[in-house]
Amino acid sequence: MSYLPKPKIHHPQLPKNALGLTRRDYEGSLSTLCAGCGHDSVSAALIQACFELDLPPHRVGKLSGIGCSSKTPTYFLGPAHGFNSVHGRMPSIASGASAANRELVYIGVSGDGDTASIGIGQFIHAIRRGVNMLYMVENNGTYGLTKGQFSATTDPGSKNKAGKANAYPSIDLVQLALQMGAGFVARSFSGDKEQLVPLLKAAIAYPGFAFIDVISPCVTFNNHEASTKSYSHIRRHERPLVAADFVPLAQEITTAYAPGERVAVTLHDGSTLHLRKLAPDYDPYDRAGAMNYLQRQQTDGAIPTGLLYLDAEPMEMHDMLGTDTTALNRLPMQNLCPGAAALDAINAALR
Amino acid sequence: MSRLAKVNEFVLRFANVNGTGSASANGLVARALFRMGLPVGPKNIFPSNIQGLPTWFEIRVSEAGYTGRRGTVDLMVAMNGQTFAEDVRSVEPGGYLLYDSSKPLAPELRRSDINFLDVPLTELVTREFANPRQRLLFKNIVYVGVLSALLNIEPEVVEQMIGEQFQGKEKLIPPNIKAFQLGHAAATERFACPLPMHAERRDAIGDRILMDGNSAAGLGCVYAGATVAAWYPITPSTSLVDAFSAYCEEFRVNPDGSKRYAILQAEDELAAIGMVVGAAWNGARSFTATSGPGVSLMTEFLGLAYYAEIPVVLFDIQRCGPSTGMPTRTQQPDLLSSAYASHGDTKHVLLFPASPKECFELSVQAFDLAERLQTPVLVMSDLDLGMNDWLSEPLTWEDSYVPDRGKVLTTQQLDDGVQFYRYLDVDGDAIPYRTLPGTHPDKGAFFTRGSGHDRLGAYTEDGAKYQDNVDRLRRKFDTAATLVPDAIVERQPGSSSGVLYFGTSAEVMPEALDALSAQGMELDALRLRAFPFTQQVHDFIAGHDTVFVVEQNRDGQLRALLLIEGNLNPAKLVPVLNYDGMPVTADFLVRSIGAHLEPVRALAMGASA
Ligand SMILES: Cc1ncc(C[n+]2csc(CCOP(=O)(O)OP(=O)(O)O)c2C)c(N)n1
Ligand code: SF4
Repeated sequence: MSYLPKPKIHHPQLPKNALGLTRRDYEGSLSTLCAGCGHDSVSAALIQACFELDLPPHRVGKLSGIGCSSKTPTYFLGPAHGFNSVHGRMPSIASGASAANRELVYIGVSGDGDTASIGIGQFIHAIRRGVNMLYMVENNGTYGLTKGQFSATTDPGSKNKAGKANAYPSIDLVQLALQMGAGFVARSFSGDKEQLVPLLKAAIAYPGFAFIDVISPCVTFNNHEASTKSYSHIRRHERPLVAADFVPLAQEITTAYAPGERVAVTLHDGSTLHLRKLAPDYDPYDRAGAMNYLQRQQTDGAIPTGLLYLDAEPMEMHDMLGTDTTALNRLPMQNLCPGAAALDAINAALR
Repeated sequence: MSRLAKVNEFVLRFANVNGTGSASANGLVARALFRMGLPVGPKNIFPSNIQGLPTWFEIRVSEAGYTGRRGTVDLMVAMNGQTFAEDVRSVEPGGYLLYDSSKPLAPELRRSDINFLDVPLTELVTREFANPRQRLLFKNIVYVGVLSALLNIEPEVVEQMIGEQFQGKEKLIPPNIKAFQLGHAAATERFACPLPMHAERRDAIGDRILMDGNSAAGLGCVYAGATVAAWYPITPSTSLVDAFSAYCEEFRVNPDGSKRYAILQAEDELAAIGMVVGAAWNGARSFTATSGPGVSLMTEFLGLAYYAEIPVVLFDIQRCGPSTGMPTRTQQPDLLSSAYASHGDTKHVLLFPASPKECFELSVQAFDLAERLQTPVLVMSDLDLGMNDWLSEPLTWEDSYVPDRGKVLTTQQLDDGVQFYRYLDVDGDAIPYRTLPGTHPDKGAFFTRGSGHDRLGAYTEDGAKYQDNVDRLRRKFDTAATLVPDAIVERQPGSSSGVLYFGTSAEVMPEALDALSAQGMELDALRLRAFPFTQQVHDFIAGHDTVFVVEQNRDGQLRALLLIEGNLNPAKLVPVLNYDGMPVTADFLVRSIGAHLEPVRALAMGASA
């Protein structure tokens, strides 16, 4: 979204969250992406989600690799520290950052090129390691920043702007995340803010690795009739499975729910995730079932969205490592250095 | 037949088959000699293989204190049939060869100018021990017993060490002692013990310790307060992280079992360095350890860390390249690829430890420098130092040590109105200020990235601003030259030639310089400890007609680095290069330097005559 700079003046009537911050306090710099790029809608959804979650923006680490999508952390949460790392390697930065300071909230933004090709190794290992973060792929089925090459998520037969068909099978990141053991797996669409915002909120609050594959069309290189990642294609083929609404601790449910089967999941911090099944035969607690379902839907050309899988009791990296509950970067030297007397004993043992 | 007769100056070599448990027996011999107060230099010469291939272990014993590899053998313990002929050939005339005489020796393997010491080791263990695995292991202890008698290694010392070694597994002590005594008795029966070449207790060690460099470096990381280690296994660096892990388990576990450290075994080196960068960005002291092939994979991130100014500590335990190369042999082949690792204009701080004590100290200093300078610091050790035990000054520590966390603005400082601009040179040392993520609600946030930025930290593609930034980074390297450890210089009055060396070449340098001096060739010596080069290094080169640059690689990488950075006359720097994968010997240095200096010396002598 290219727009004119707006002065940061707060209208006294602007709604404020529990921290007294307005939505504008969660904005970032002006976007330099193409007008209409799906990524900008995702940034807007993230701004909304963080605002509604009452997150102190400066307690968020926003991380990315390289690509148009990886540029987006500049465009949300200005007061947060950002790290635009190297192509495909955001997961290792996130792992190290989380190891050093488990007290921050980490939001990783990547692209399908960044994650499904050069970074696929780091992606699956971050899942395996259970890094406590929201890992989001803004999936446009093309390399935007290098101008329209096929990516590993481009569907076979899907055509690029020049009309050439992709010869290779595609990687479905959602199925990969399920297979690797991610505790929270969702898919959404940049054009569906109603669905995306609650999913982002739930994923950010989730105490483990939360993955969201957001189909986010590239208007410049991949938004034509023959593309399977275009706005029109997604609108025609989207099949919402589960609607999620996230309600932080001690807040009332404000979203109106249409009738349907509904469950409430309490997360470790007491906050609640409400799920409403849209597809009656879908069970978001069944990993194998989810994989099976997704595979069958894929052959039908459908794009199931919503919260696809949830493990309500995940293990995150620090649980596996058994790390001190205090952030390692805050431990004082006297708790780290054994001191001269211990060294004398070490010397003595080496004689 | 002549028999070498030397007290406390000899080289023992053990030829074994990898995987037969000989390492601990051989180590026992080295440490027993050390405990008798004798300087020793033990070296493992091992193949890249877990079982079956030939492996050697060498112990230089030297009351004079020359512990480096000598290259020749006085007593060979030949326990590997596969290499027997080669092992027989390697013994010095008048030297000794201990072998298992349970099977008769083929006559063509005999040499008339060395002394064969035949002991039926297999027969002895077979008679005493029933279990085949025990027979294999105890054969090693039996030859330790034989050597103890032959070389006058005090049995009480060995027996005490066996006790220490099997602490917690006391059942194993009596059979080991029995095997040891079996060997001792067998030697006493067969030979006039000790040999004319033997050890005698001395007080030549002082308070020195015997330690490997990787353990010392791993311990240094603990003392420096490093909390995050990320790595991917590679010989010869693995034992550094193992040591860090073991010392952390000893010192950094809370009563409830939670850990005051995190060790992440990454999926590869790209991830390992990424984790270090992520942790350092967040203000934890973090490091990785690797070897040349790993450094190659880490270079993209190293470039980012340099440009985005993130402190990173990397231990490069160098070995022979490429990829597998000769992974268990030593070299110093990564200087150029480390100094300028990555794309774009990049320069990294390198530190060169030359002893376990320096591995310990320079690892602490590496964290201080990395954080002070906000840049990667690479500690350039090698396999020889990393994986062999070295005689070293004891490690020392000042409890008053306060880590240098560099220019990190606190919440308080930001509240007090300190203006923060990420890439502004406020103090004139080209080092900007940084803030840690999460510090302040509205002051101090910044965006770390590789793209062009101006002094204030804002994104830019303006060429002049980019240039301004990289010029400051170059000036920061000048600041680095004032902060890194200085060289160590030893001067002889009136010498116009000097030798410049670094790292493990230090072990043999005193011996080489003494030998050259004995031949009338006096040399000044400079031991380099860091890149960028300090003023002293430039002065040293300027102050000599000829400077021999000693290094363990083919292309003279340090010499090239000196020429790139120093704008010198190449003819002045004479390369002295050892790169066969074995630690350099004093003899090699004497021959190489002597060959160059001898004509000069002769000329000078002639002129004065
Ligand atoms: C090591 C490396 N290789 C290649 C590139 C070039 N590159 C930049 S962005 C990009 C692809 C980005 O695609 P994607 O992640 O799908 O993001 P999008 O731009 O489509 O949002 C590539 C290949 C790079 N920056 N670094
Ligand atoms: S090229 Fe595509 S992905 Fe990149 S900004 Fe433009 S629309 Fe978005």
